[in-house]
Amino acid sequence: MVDTLGARAAHDSHPADPIAAMVNADGLLTAEAERAANISDDVLRDLYRRMAICRRLDQEGLNLQRQGELGLWGPIAGHEAAQVGAAMAMAETDWIFPYYRDFAMTICRGVDPGIAMTWFRGLTHGAWNPYEHRLGPLIISVGTQVPHAVGFAIGCKLDHEPTAVLVGFGEGSTSTGDWHEAMNFAGVFKAPVVFLCENNQWAISVPMREQVAGRVADRAAGYGFPGLRIDGSDVLTVYTVVRAAADRARHGEGPYLVEALTYRFQAHTTSDDPTRYRTDADVEPWRAKDSIARATARLRDRGAFSDDFERAVAAEAEETALAMRATLLSAATPHPGQAFDLVFANPPASLLREQAEFVAELEPGSAE
Amino acid sequence: MATAKEPERNEKKTMRTITYREALREAIAEEMRRDERIYILGEDIAGYGGTYGVTKGLIEEFGEKRVKDTPLAEEVIAGAAIGSALGGLRPIAELMTMNFSLLASDQIINSLAKFRYMFGGQAKLPVVIRMPAGGGAQRGAQHSQMLESLYAHIPGLKLVMPATPYDAKGMLKASLRQDDPILFIEHELLYNVKGEVPDLGVHYTVPLDQGIVRREGKDVTIVTFSRMVHICSQAAEDLAKEGIEAEVIDLRAIRPIDLDLVLDSVRKTNRVVIAEEGWKYYGTGQGIAALIYEYAFDWLDAPIAHVTGKDVPMPYSKVLERAALPGKAEVIAAVKALVPARATAGVGAR
Ligand SMILES: Cc1ncc(C[n+]2csc(CCOP(=O)(O)OP(=O)(O)O)c2C)c(N)n1
Ligand SMILES: [Mg+2]
Repeated sequence: MVDTLGARAAHDSHPADPIAAMVNADGLLTAEAERAANISDDVLRDLYRRMAICRRLDQEGLNLQRQGELGLWGPIAGHEAAQVGAAMAMAETDWIFPYYRDFAMTICRGVDPGIAMTWFRGLTHGAWNPYEHRLGPLIISVGTQVPHAVGFAIGCKLDHEPTAVLVGFGEGSTSTGDWHEAMNFAGVFKAPVVFLCENNQWAISVPMREQVAGRVADRAAGYGFPGLRIDGSDVLTVYTVVRAAADRARHGEGPYLVEALTYRFQAHTTSDDPTRYRTDADVEPWRAKDSIARATARLRDRGAFSDDFERAVAAEAEETALAMRATLLSAATPHPGQAFDLVFANPPASLLREQAEFVAELEPGSAE
Repeated sequence: MATAKEPERNEKKTMRTITYREALREAIAEEMRRDERIYILGEDIAGYGGTYGVTKGLIEEFGEKRVKDTPLAEEVIAGAAIGSALGGLRPIAELMTMNFSLLASDQIINSLAKFRYMFGGQAKLPVVIRMPAGGGAQRGAQHSQMLESLYAHIPGLKLVMPATPYDAKGMLKASLRQDDPILFIEHELLYNVKGEVPDLGVHYTVPLDQGIVRREGKDVTIVTFSRMVHICSQAAEDLAKEGIEAEVIDLRAIRPIDLDLVLDSVRKTNRVVIAEEGWKYYGTGQGIAALIYEYAFDWLDAPIAHVTGKDVPMPYSKVLERAALPGKAEVIAAVKALVPARATAGVGAR
C-alpha cells in the first residue's frame, strides 16, 4: 500500500531548522507560518492561474502526441503545485536546473510554450537560451543534472553572487550515484542549492517503497544539511517552503532538500501503460489531494476566488494551449546540414570538411 | 632527449630547462593570474599539491576558493566542473588518474561532450579535465591504463596528449584560452622529464590541433604521441646509425588529429609505423591507420605496422609489465620489417 499522507515532516536531525517548523505533521504550512509568510492573495491567485494553464498545456501535450504531432510527451498532471510553487518561489536572478518532467517550471520561467514544445517534437536540442531564462535544459539522463546544479552554485559562491539554484528530480533519481555525490558536495561546500524531489511515488513501474528505504528528506541529514518532507500538492506550502530555503541559501547557510510528496496521475510518458503496474484504486486517494482544487479552496477561504476569475483563467489557458499548438506546428524543421553545427565553439577542420561534403551531396537531391 | 626539436620561435633565445610537472604548474599559475575565472578542483590538490605534485604551491598564491580540494567523488567533480562552466567559470578538474575517469565517464561523455550541442549552442564549456594515464610504474592493472581511445571516439571532446614540457605548458595555456571541453592527458612517467621552455614572462601557446615533426626522415613515418614519442625518438636515433632515416611525428593532440601532417609525411616516406602504449584492438592507432588507408592508400608501399601494448590487463610484476609495454626494440623491429621491403618489387598494398 502506498502511504498517501504520511508526511510527518518533523524530524530530529535539524531540530533548530526554522523551515521545518513552518509545516505541521502532514507536511502542510501551519496557519501561523502562513500568517508570518504573508503571501498576498494576488500571489496565490497567480500560482493558481499558472497551475491551471500548465494543466491545460499538459492536456494539449497529450492531445498532440496522440495526433502524431509529438514523438513523446511526459505528463505533469499531479506535479503542478510542486513545479509552479518551486519555480515561482525562486528570485528572477536565481537559476533552475530542471529534469524532463519540469515543463511547468519552463513555462514559469517565461519560455514560450510552443517553443518549449519543439523539444518534444524533436526539432531542437536546446529550445531556449538558458542564459536568457536562467533555466538549464530538461535533462533525461536521470540524476546527471544534480552535479551541474551544485557546480553552478559553487561557482556562484566563488563569484560572491547572491544566487540560489533550484534543481528538480524525481524520487527515483535519488538512487543514482550522481545524486549522492552531488548532495555530499553541496553539504561540504555549503552550496546555495535547493534540492527539490518531486516524489510522485513511481519511477516508471517501480514504486517508492522499492526505490528508497526510509524517506528521501531524511537523507539530507547524512550530508549535513536539513531536509523536509512536505505536501507537494499544496502550492502555498511548496512556494513558502522553497522560498525560505532559497533565501537561506542566498544568505550563505547552505543547501536544503525539499521532498514534495505528490503523485503522477498519468502514464510515465506516452510510451508507458500504467495499468500494468497500478490500479485506479491506487490513484484515487491522491486525486482527493488535487493541487488545483486545493488552491481553489485556499483562495475561497480568503474570499479571493470568484467565478469570473475562474472563467478568465480557463479562457486564458485555452488561448495559451491553442497558441502553443499553432507555434509548435509552424516551427521550422532544421536543415540536415545543421546536424554538424554547435558541436564545438571552435570546430576542427575535419568536422567542417565532413559537413561541407554532406551538404554538397545533399543539395542536388533536395532541389524540390 | 626530451629536448627534442621545438618549433623555431623568436623567444627561443631565452630558454631554460624545467620538468613536465613544473611546466604544467607554470601554465596553470600564469593563466590563473591572467583570468580570475579559472579555478581548480580535485582530490588532494590543495595543501597536498596533487598526487603527482602538479598543483603544489598554488593554494598559497590563489587561496582555497580557487584551489579546491573536493570529496572523493569523480562523477561530481566532472559534473560540478560542467555546472560551474555553465555559470561562466573556467574549471580545471584534476582527476587523480585517468583510470578513475571511468567513474566520471558518464558526465564526460553524456554531458560535457554534448552540452554545447544540447544547449542549442548557447552554452560554453571551457572545462579542462587533467589526468595522468599510462603504465610503467608497476601500479597494476587498474592503475596503469591508457584509456584515451574510449574518449577519442566521442564527438564533442578534444584530447590533448603532450609529450614535452614545452608542449605541456603551451597546450595547457592554450586549453585555458578556448571554449571547448578538453581532456588533457598526461603520462605518469612524463612528469619528471625535462625540456626547454621559454623563460618566465615570455608568453607562448601551442595550438591544440597541430602535431609536430620531431625528427625528419625519408624512409618511414612513425606516428606517435605522449610518452611513446620519446621511445620512438630514441628508436629513430638508433635506426639512423644503421642508415634508416625515420620521420617521427608527435601528434600532440589526438582529437582533432593533424591528419594533413601525417598524410604529407606518408606521401614522402610511403611507409608507416604507428606506435602507442594503449591496446591494439579498436583503438586510436587503428583509427589513424584507417584514416591513412582512406586518404593515402595509393601512396603506401607496405601495409601499416602497429606497435602497441600487449592485449592484456597491465601485469603487476615488473618483468611482466615490461613485457606488456611497447618499447624501443619493438619500434625498431617494426621499422626494419617495413623498410627492407622497399627494395623488393611488387610488395606492399598497391
Ligand atoms: C541514468 C538513467 N537511467 C535510466 C533511465 C530511464 N528512466 C527514465 S525516467 C526513469 C524513472 C525516473 O523516475 P523518477 O526519478 O522518480 O522521476 P519521475 O519520472 O517519476 O518524475 C527511468 C528509469 C534514464 N533516463 N537515465
Ligand atoms: Mg517518480
